[in-house]
Amino acid sequence: MERYQAKIAPVDSKLGLDRALVDRARASARRVAEDTQRFIDRHTTVAVERTVCRLLGIDGVNAVEVPMPNVVVDHLSDRGILADGAALRLGNALAEFPDLTPQTAAEAIDRGELDLAALPIHSEDEIRAALAPAVAAAMARIDANVAKRNEYFARFGDKEGPFIYLIVATGNIYEDITQAKAAAKQGADVIAVIRTTGQSLLDFVPYGATTEGFGGTYATQENFKLMRAALDEVGEEEHRYIRLCNYCSGLCMPEIAAMGALERLDVMLNDALYGILFRDINMQRTIVDQYFSRVINGYAGVIINTGEDNYLTTADAYEEAHTVLASQFLNEQFAVMAGLPEEQMGLGHAFEMSPDLPDAFLYELAQAQMAREIFPRAPLKYMPPTKFMTGNIFRGHVQDALFNMVTILTGQKIHLLGMMTEAIHTPFMSDRALAIENAQYIFRTMADFGSEIEFKEGGIIRSRAAEVLKKAADLLGEIERIGLFATLEKGVFADIKRPQDGGKGLQGVVRKNEGYFNPFIEAMRGEGNA
Amino acid sequence: MSSGLYDMSAKDFDKTLDLSLLKPYGDTMNDGKVQLSFTLPVPNDERGMEAARLLSKQMGVSEPNVAYARALDKAFTFYVVYGSCTHTVDYTKIQVQTVQDETMEMEEVDAYIREHIGRKIVVVGASTGTDAHTVGIDAIMNRKGFAGHYGLERYEMIEGYNLGSQVLNEDFLRKAEEVHADVLLVSQTVTQKNIHIQNLTELIELAEAEGVRGKYVMICGGARITHELAKELGFDAGFGPGKFANDVATFAVKEMVRRGMK
Repeated sequence: MERYQAKIAPVDSKLGLDRALVDRARASARRVAEDTQRFIDRHTTVAVERTVCRLLGIDGVNAVEVPMPNVVVDHLSDRGILADGAALRLGNALAEFPDLTPQTAAEAIDRGELDLAALPIHSEDEIRAALAPAVAAAMARIDANVAKRNEYFARFGDKEGPFIYLIVATGNIYEDITQAKAAAKQGADVIAVIRTTGQSLLDFVPYGATTEGFGGTYATQENFKLMRAALDEVGEEEHRYIRLCNYCSGLCMPEIAAMGALERLDVMLNDALYGILFRDINMQRTIVDQYFSRVINGYAGVIINTGEDNYLTTADAYEEAHTVLASQFLNEQFAVMAGLPEEQMGLGHAFEMSPDLPDAFLYELAQAQMAREIFPRAPLKYMPPTKFMTGNIFRGHVQDALFNMVTILTGQKIHLLGMMTEAIHTPFMSDRALAIENAQYIFRTMADFGSEIEFKEGGIIRSRAAEVLKKAADLLGEIERIGLFATLEKGVFADIKRPQDGGKGLQGVVRKNEGYFNPFIEAMRGEGNA
Repeated sequence: MSSGLYDMSAKDFDKTLDLSLLKPYGDTMNDGKVQLSFTLPVPNDERGMEAARLLSKQMGVSEPNVAYARALDKAFTFYVVYGSCTHTVDYTKIQVQTVQDETMEMEEVDAYIREHIGRKIVVVGASTGTDAHTVGIDAIMNRKGFAGHYGLERYEMIEGYNLGSQVLNEDFLRKAEEVHADVLLVSQTVTQKNIHIQNLTELIELAEAEGVRGKYVMICGGARITHELAKELGFDAGFGPGKFANDVATFAVKEMVRRGMK
């Protein structure tokens, strides 16, 4: 089936970039990703196996609120058979007891009536045959979601220019829906439901509709479903398809990706390195988790958003600009490894240079244009100023205006609107309306300005882009030499150092046994006989 | 609605400044001019505008002028209102708690530590509780610092440990004990439903319960933190927006000396 692809305007080459250098940087990133992929292919994690459970249809919580996928995976860990994978062991139980389904098997495990380690092992063919109906059901549901999204685009068309991306973050899914509907009517194209602070470090996904959260709302499958229905409803009224975004990052990357595939999310935050750097999640864990989450995102037609913008909230945006580009190359190559097409790679960056820096606007323009020329078919995600938002809402509104100009001049695709009240509070309804008005005004009146201008040869903008590209290529060469894990230990990205065996979630990583299989990676990547 | 642009009317109020009767200044002393903006959950029509005017009057704004009204949704309207504030405050009677130390620069802080303490001091910082934001603690601690003020990690006489975000109060105190900290810095960015107050209070209570409160200079910071709030919660000082690493360092080292910490 045709997967959705974002409409990206062609980009004119204005920077005279050294293409040989671009190729060299990309080749280095490619080899880093291939090297890391060898590690990924040998390992699985508790989150990966819970995701397999979810996709097999295991849902709900037990009497003490433990999600059923955790019940099953904890059981596999306790019995020392996690390395066989949930598919093999659950499929084996279904082969043994033909009346069981994955869900009733999970319930029996919870009651202590089924021990997956105690059953005789059936042949691989029998196990795969026993799993086949559940695998086919999940794939059919995801395919139906992709078809439904395509149907909406066939009816309403899709937006040509930048997507206006807005955040809701009340903590209460029902209040979020009120705010999201208002934002969509005012012109938002993408609604992101910010997660409650702390969710990224939970090693399970909470269950059901939630009304309590701090700085955001829990990502649960029920919350996804409620918001999806609300946005479809407002989309019908507005004759536009409103995209829904949530966050894969954290200890449950692939699980949340699976929930997004099952509930038709359209955009998901998914960075190969973010959890390691900013949430102190163990690097081995994140690297393995991100792979399966991207396979799922890729198959479900979800645009991923990578998190390079975050580097600039801790490191200096002018001095560390090359680390953003280097990370974009790495995220691109990790996405390629997972079979995710470029049209779904929302590589990230941000407008975060100090307003006190002379010519800062020119440097921002150079960075944004460079990203477009290097990743011409990617729907780039561009983040607004946050670090230098001070509470002076009047200057803040102007900073956001300059940010809006860079987007329309360079054709950034996923444009996260800046709020003048950034650094004060989560946005009021009026803050959003004023932000949309600001962006729409600039996008309308400067619509074709980008195609009217060229950058002077030897001028500030071209020179800056050349310098950043050179430094990024050199850095990637260095990473290729020492390997990704050692690079993260040295603190190259965002000035943050992480040890290979430190951080959260390492105990959830295991080396796969002979005979391990993941039927969903096979089906989604079109491999194997599942 | 008069715009006031060509206002020829006599300004029949006293135009001399009296700090005991302080009110806002627009373009004439004691005119009391303020700007307000807010959203009401009603449709955008004459009745809504009147509601905005009446509400402004109740807030103490005389002659409210609804300069702008715009529908945000069917039943939500945004208003911008100008008017004159009728209230005054007695400025001469106001006392506030602020950090009194005169801020030193990085080199001066280092020299001060060498002279008065005679060893490197240990500072442990974190964004505690569920708060995932490191922007505040990074601005104070990271070598590069913020807005031209180097962070504490660059100070020769300071040994800094930045524990990052989402650090539990228990873990924070354990680390402080482990590295023999002198100064604890806590950053709080998320303030929804006053989660920061709860979290900061818990840290102080925990430190007191463990009998270690007196061992440390304890400082909190964040966009919504004031010195007064910090003192009320039991911290030694609080730093809000516009304060930098050297402000924090100055207070910390002077407080150590005041308390005779060696």
